[in-house]
Amino acid sequence: MEKTINITLKVWRQAGPKEKGSFETYALKNISTDSSFLEMMDILNEQLISERKEPIVFDHDCREGICGMCSLYINGHPHGPDGEITTCQLHMRKFKDGETITVEPWRSAAFPVIKDLMVNRGAYDQIIQAGGFVSVNTGGVPDGNAIPIPKPKADEAMDAASCIGCGACAAACKNGSAMLFVAAKVSQLALLPQGQVERAARAKAMVAKMDELGFGNCTNTGACAAECPKNVSISHIARLNREFLSAKFKD
Amino acid sequence: MAKKENIVETAKEIKDIIVDAVTDQETVEAAKIIKDATKEALGKVVDTIQQASVSSTRIDAKIPEGPLAQKWSNYKDHQKLVNPSNKRRLDIIVVGTGLAGASAAASLAELGFNVLNFCIQDSPRRAHSIAAQGGINAAKNYQNDGDSVYRLFYDTIKGGDYRAREANVYRLAEVSNNIIDQCVAQGVPFAREYGGLLDNRSFGGAQVSRTFYAKGQTGQQLLLGAYSALSRQIGKGAVKLFPRHEMLDVVVIDGRARGIIARNLTTGKIERYFAHAVVVGSGGYGNTFFLSTNAMASNGSAAMQMYRKGAYFANPAYAQIHPTCIPVHGEFQSKLTLMSESLRNDGRIWTPKKKEDAEAIRVGKLKPTDLKEEDRDYYLERRYPAFGNLVPRDVASRAAKERCDAGYGVGTTGLAVYLDFSDAINRLGENVVRARYGNLFQMYEKIVDENPYKTPMMIYPAIHYTMGGIWVDYELQTSVKGLFCIGEANFSDHGANRLGASALMQGLADGYFVLPYTIQNYLADQIQVPRMSTELPEFAEAEKAVEDKVKKIMSIQGKCSVDSIHRELGLIMWDFVGMGRNKAGLEKALAKIKEVRKEFWSNVYVPGKADGLNVELEKAIRLADFIEIGELMARDALNREESCGGHFREEYQTPDGEALRNDDKFSYAACWKYMGEGQEPCMLKEYLEYEFVKRQQRNYKA
Repeated sequence: MEKTINITLKVWRQAGPKEKGSFETYALKNISTDSSFLEMMDILNEQLISERKEPIVFDHDCREGICGMCSLYINGHPHGPDGEITTCQLHMRKFKDGETITVEPWRSAAFPVIKDLMVNRGAYDQIIQAGGFVSVNTGGVPDGNAIPIPKPKADEAMDAASCIGCGACAAACKNGSAMLFVAAKVSQLALLPQGQVERAARAKAMVAKMDELGFGNCTNTGACAAECPKNVSISHIARLNREFLSAKFKD
Repeated sequence: MAKKENIVETAKEIKDIIVDAVTDQETVEAAKIIKDATKEALGKVVDTIQQASVSSTRIDAKIPEGPLAQKWSNYKDHQKLVNPSNKRRLDIIVVGTGLAGASAAASLAELGFNVLNFCIQDSPRRAHSIAAQGGINAAKNYQNDGDSVYRLFYDTIKGGDYRAREANVYRLAEVSNNIIDQCVAQGVPFAREYGGLLDNRSFGGAQVSRTFYAKGQTGQQLLLGAYSALSRQIGKGAVKLFPRHEMLDVVVIDGRARGIIARNLTTGKIERYFAHAVVVGSGGYGNTFFLSTNAMASNGSAAMQMYRKGAYFANPAYAQIHPTCIPVHGEFQSKLTLMSESLRNDGRIWTPKKKEDAEAIRVGKLKPTDLKEEDRDYYLERRYPAFGNLVPRDVASRAAKERCDAGYGVGTTGLAVYLDFSDAINRLGENVVRARYGNLFQMYEKIVDENPYKTPMMIYPAIHYTMGGIWVDYELQTSVKGLFCIGEANFSDHGANRLGASALMQGLADGYFVLPYTIQNYLADQIQVPRMSTELPEFAEAEKAVEDKVKKIMSIQGKCSVDSIHRELGLIMWDFVGMGRNKAGLEKALAKIKEVRKEFWSNVYVPGKADGLNVELEKAIRLADFIEIGELMARDALNREESCGGHFREEYQTPDGEALRNDDKFSYAACWKYMGEGQEPCMLKEYLEYEFVKRQQRNYKA
């Protein structure tokens, strides 16, 4: 049945991209352990509003773990201490009564803070724009069953495609690398027959864009895959490396 | 007219009385009262005359001639087109980047138009289409189980309780197959069989398996497909993207939509944008209910701006309550989570047969797994043997409410029923069930903290989708020239109830295969129109109106937070404009919504400043519109004295509790026309003619 806890929050507040930020401490009482982490943040914001203070800004939208909008570094982990979920699916039952919880924005050179806990992840969109697609126009495509795809390949492509573009991988990486994100898309399309024509060009273009945007290099620490809310496997990075190298050799 | 002359006559008499009554104070008072009453009555007469002239406006849906199956081909064969060099000179604004918006923006740019694309999220990939779980319908008949374009059309018309346009729905079924081909070509990893061909599952309201899916993340994969096509065009410079921008008005010049006013959500700056045509795919207005399965930022404001600029709002009362959502559990709750309808393929829905068992379960003395087979009431299988657990959503939702209202509900609140997989697990094994629904089971466990492999899930209906929306003709054009509306935001294809896996189909049909054709029929006449300056007075006026509204909201500085007022509105909507509606309740809702409006405009508190990022202000602007939508929904529900699809008026039901339609009186789309602030809207009718399908009482029993 319903249980409540008291917690202390240390939250990063930053008025704007160029302003200096700092931690503010807030006490919250009687938080139901059945509430989600973001519902707890809503309660805190309602409390701040009732004190005529500005509420904390954070990104969120679908609140069911699929849109990739929510972020937050909670107690040192992107999307908090629970595994394979996003912040919006994290529930307060994962915290203890009296616990102090530290909440920070994604910290990565390529994701500048906009305000408080909200960051700009436009760099991920730019990487996709560089080549994360199959160049087909609407209309004039073959029947969906014209090219059979072996189920294991389709399933693996699906696993790679589950990436929600939240940015946890780059935020978790000590080098600020976006390799898992790039690998997920390159891998998905490399596994499918539809992606073959542009396979080499895609890998090169996306990696080049990633480097250009200031993401760091991959040193295989595996933090990205460990923190990925959708469990995208690090094996996709291995495939990206193969794709990239073979593309370079062909040049 | 005679009426008016009489009144003029009476007015003259009153004037005489007043003139005669020189000193008598009482007579003067009485005369004043009569004078005021006369003034009011005269005003009403003028209103009636005005309304009559509006209601005589014929609503022309521009449905092409010819047999049903040839209408769309005929249209395409004869429509006007824009040649490639002229396309480059034409700008199109697309608002929204969901399935409809992203697919439209990408397809229009591929054709050569210059596209400006807006979304409120930080990236186009976040649009709420991403959360659709179960699948997308298409009439491929890959399963050889008797499907066809006609059958998909028929199921959709019937599922919508005969309240949609035949021609639109047939076109939708026709292009459904192209969507699957398109998505496969983009690299969407649909589920496949071991032989490498596409797999299908069944969904509610159909007896064939025509639903294509990608695990429980079909919406995500389709949206990412459209997003990749859009990204390709952004990379090429053919689409200019404006993320974190919210449309706050349509600019209409000489009766044609010529641009929008948008607020840059990061800087707070109000900005002007011109285009030769405006396309809005801004989604539904389910969040009027505060708690819904929609994303937190999903809103109906773009629709209300179109409505205020002359676009009709059609069938606002048609809202879909989805039967399989995780039940409400506390006051702090911010949203409801959907459990895909696909679960009804293998899950069986039940409540305890005996009230005392239900009671024991509610207080925690009994577990559902303790109940023997004969003590369980699989009420959908009992009531609807032919469709069983796969009846349409409206039917399943009402049946759950009926059980809970009768005292058989479970969960601590008594507002829940079971969705049980034990049969499926025994039959197929846990691994097969995990492969089909693993992500949904995981989501359930994270939220509820119970393992659905071991104990049945608890579910209850929640607001999920709105079939109503901005009225559009066959070309997806609203009643304002040059203003188009696509996807969930329009009212077009689902009638009074949408079948599962049809939203994705409609969004992508509109964006990939319908709008890119029909918009050219309009733009062909616009090739001579030069790009207009955003310094024109119409832009300045629209911008000023937005600024004034923002200022007004910021100046209230009352005591209530935006969310607290929104919750209040949501409760009224759920109680009186929800699953069961009746005259008294709807009238009550209208009165209560007025109070909420007053509360909002006198007591809302928005902290911070308008010229910067201000989430509370964004929410307040949206709430102001939700209040108006709520009123429109109640008004429409009150007008529609019948039950159809998702609109259930308790006064109109069959003896066994099924929706009772009234085709003689209500076979029309109710199109509400804005008559000015504080004025009652005027209702116009688009009569629905059924030439090809015989309307019947929907029957899912046999």
